[in-house]
Amino acid sequence: MNAQPSRTNFSALRQLALYALYVVFGLAAVVWLLGLAANSTGSAVTGGAIDAENDAITIALRTEPPQLDYGRATDSSSLTVLFHTMEGLLTYDDEMALIPGVAERWEIREDGATFWLREDARWSNGEPVTAHDFVFAWRRVQDPATASAYAFIMYPVKNAEAINRGDLPRETLGVRAVGDRILEVEFEQPTPYFDKLVAFVTFYPINEAFFESTGGRFGADADMLLYNGPYLMTEWVHSASMRWERNPGYWGDHKGFIDTINVGYITQDVNARLNLFKDGQIADTQLVPQMLGEAMERRWQIDRSMDGTVFFLQLNFRDGHVTANKNFRKALLLAQDPVEFVYKALKEPSYMPAVSLFPYWIRGAEDYFRQEHPPIPHEYNVAKAREHLELARQELGLEEFPPIHLLADDSPLGSISAEYFQAVYARNLGLEMRIDKQIFKQRLAKMDAGEFDIVVSGWGPDYDDALTFGDLFSSWNLNNRGRYSSPEMDALIRIAQSELDPVRRMEAFARIQDLVREDVVIVPMYERGWSFVVDPRLKGFKRRAVGPEVDYTYARIDEQAAD
Amino acid sequence: MRQGMAWYVCKRLLQGVVTVWFIATATFFAMHNVPGDPLLNDRAMTPAIRANLEARYGLDQPLFNQYLIYLGNLAQGDFGISFTQENRQVNDIIREHFPVSATLGILAVLFAAAGGVLWGALTALYRNRMPDYVIMFLVILGISVPSFVVAALSQLGLVTLNTLVGRSLLPVAGWGSVFHMLTPALVLGLSTMAYLTRLMRSSMLEIIDSDFVRTAKSKGVPPALIFSRHQLRNAILPVVTVLGPQIAVITTGGFVVELVFAIPGLGRFFVEAVQQLDYTVIMGTTVFYGAFLVFMVIVVDLLYGFIDPRVRLQ
Repeated sequence: MNAQPSRTNFSALRQLALYALYVVFGLAAVVWLLGLAANSTGSAVTGGAIDAENDAITIALRTEPPQLDYGRATDSSSLTVLFHTMEGLLTYDDEMALIPGVAERWEIREDGATFWLREDARWSNGEPVTAHDFVFAWRRVQDPATASAYAFIMYPVKNAEAINRGDLPRETLGVRAVGDRILEVEFEQPTPYFDKLVAFVTFYPINEAFFESTGGRFGADADMLLYNGPYLMTEWVHSASMRWERNPGYWGDHKGFIDTINVGYITQDVNARLNLFKDGQIADTQLVPQMLGEAMERRWQIDRSMDGTVFFLQLNFRDGHVTANKNFRKALLLAQDPVEFVYKALKEPSYMPAVSLFPYWIRGAEDYFRQEHPPIPHEYNVAKAREHLELARQELGLEEFPPIHLLADDSPLGSISAEYFQAVYARNLGLEMRIDKQIFKQRLAKMDAGEFDIVVSGWGPDYDDALTFGDLFSSWNLNNRGRYSSPEMDALIRIAQSELDPVRRMEAFARIQDLVREDVVIVPMYERGWSFVVDPRLKGFKRRAVGPEVDYTYARIDEQAAD
Repeated sequence: MRQGMAWYVCKRLLQGVVTVWFIATATFFAMHNVPGDPLLNDRAMTPAIRANLEARYGLDQPLFNQYLIYLGNLAQGDFGISFTQENRQVNDIIREHFPVSATLGILAVLFAAAGGVLWGALTALYRNRMPDYVIMFLVILGISVPSFVVAALSQLGLVTLNTLVGRSLLPVAGWGSVFHMLTPALVLGLSTMAYLTRLMRSSMLEIIDSDFVRTAKSKGVPPALIFSRHQLRNAILPVVTVLGPQIAVITTGGFVVELVFAIPGLGRFFVEAVQQLDYTVIMGTTVFYGAFLVFMVIVVDLLYGFIDPRVRLQ
């Protein structure tokens, strides 16, 4: 119908251009107005990754810390914030060794422990940190009304478990203040590793008067906490940003060197964080395998560290599962090769093929535990695996094996792992694996219910002692979701829990390490690590395997180090 | 007439409340039927610790009681405490983070509407010629490329741009100033803009062929006037129609953009809550967004009556 489709209607075009101009001005006005509104809901960061002039750095966190009420905190993001702003009786130095915190010295006996508190430890309101603050905080953790998920970590303290069950009043907890500066702890049973426990956030002190003044919002905002660590949190815009400033009242001068740490961004998107790093907005960022090529092209210095977690296939020992058969489990162990898995399937240079329940960084009596007690090396032997599989088939009286129920997370890593083992066991053993991918919470629900033959799972440390891995497969440990049970294992774990002689204690762990392998409780997969890059001007930055994920308390700015 | 209007509004609002109640009920029971629960964590809990937590969140009650308690609280506008952000009221989460999503959403819708109308009008003027082809090709791209790709690419583009210029021209991510909003809002509004462009183009072309345009032409009305008075004004009506629901869709659908650009909006909570089975946040955000959507639809219906006299509200 349009008679002249080829002739441009210039007057109409001019009209349109005029409208476009109006729109641009209109939009500019709206944007300006919205900008005023947005100021209150975010925090515009200035200064970039390293601001040497103001002695400030900007970083990104992966997630908003969900719980800064440290009596109830459990996640690594909250632990990271708390590690910078709080301090317990003991803490870690930059080499992961225990050093004095609020306690200047301590003594651990068979029946209890004594901590002598330093005089100059102060809360951010100027009040001293006293033994009473610890007594109050610890009692609160065990109080059933607090509903602390990590209450169990304090169960070595006398009566803790009974109080937590609601059987005893909280005042009966085996901890008391002798004056302001001596803290006496009574044990339920000997706990030689108690010094390592008290470095954990659940054991941090709380100023009672301040706690009462928060009206149930303790830890909910920056002003709903008192700080006693190297940094103060002076601003917290939820899910957007935080500011940590050096605590002038902190007693020591061995940590907390940078004046201001801005948490400028909170996002789980690892690509977004990489882009921020490239743009010079944040001081460090994690690198995933796909980024390593570009990182090398840019000649970045790529650092690596372990994140502490060990991943393994956990096998189900409940009746009616083929994995309850020892020969079957042996076949599973022999028919796979963690080295191939890590370097060919995962392609993550920071990960290490796992050979033991215990990661390599766990300390022994003098040296690293695995230096003192090397694990039996892994044997990848398909022929032998098939022999064991045939034995299992005969023992179980099966014509052929039913499909194996392989449970995994729906995360990328969980998927790769499940698919890899599906292929390997099909190729080497002719087994059919049915992958059951679930979101995190549903995987846990299925693990608890025993609805799996094999589950892809991992275990990370709570505290820096071999026991954090070593007691995993006791018959009473609720995290032993495959229900492995052996009297020998239980006996060994009891020794490991209470033996005061470190050498004999480590020998018990060594036997646990071997027993896990002999009985094939797990098929070790990998020790997880981080690849990351740090702005060359930032020195002393650490990633940690226990406790906080990242540690800036020992970091300094070195302007000369640019390029 | 006035009374009819008031009655209509009352009726629609009542219907809205029923709809929201239905959404709340369906979500509540669906959510509780999903295997697992928000208290599950890597660390298994002793029965005592679990019982303490269940008591704190009221999960020790029978499910139907929980439902009644929930409805009671909901009626008072109390969404409860989050399971994952354990110290925060869901009300606080919505109050603090919805304005961010809304700001971003409004801007995105404005970009989309302005862009859609202008580009659509332009393609209609250049029908079946090069500008039309180029724009319509981009429109297809805009509709079919998912927002996480566009978001990631545009962020990468910003990094490249800033590197070329040698300073931070536009922020790569974050929130807090006008400049932080521009790119995410454009990305968020892009597919809507593409959709509106197509809509605008077809409705423009439809009107070119209509009787009143032909009459105006034959009467010798200047082309610019025909274009602005008759064509553009009439063609814009269908765009306004879809705009209402689009505002709700954009405001609630910014999850990916919020993640990539590290924006503290409510969309992140909405999605992460489902992954974490955070009962109270799932309920809070679903009911809130549900109510918002229902409300927007009502507003749009009312607006029709004002924009187009042919629409009667009954």
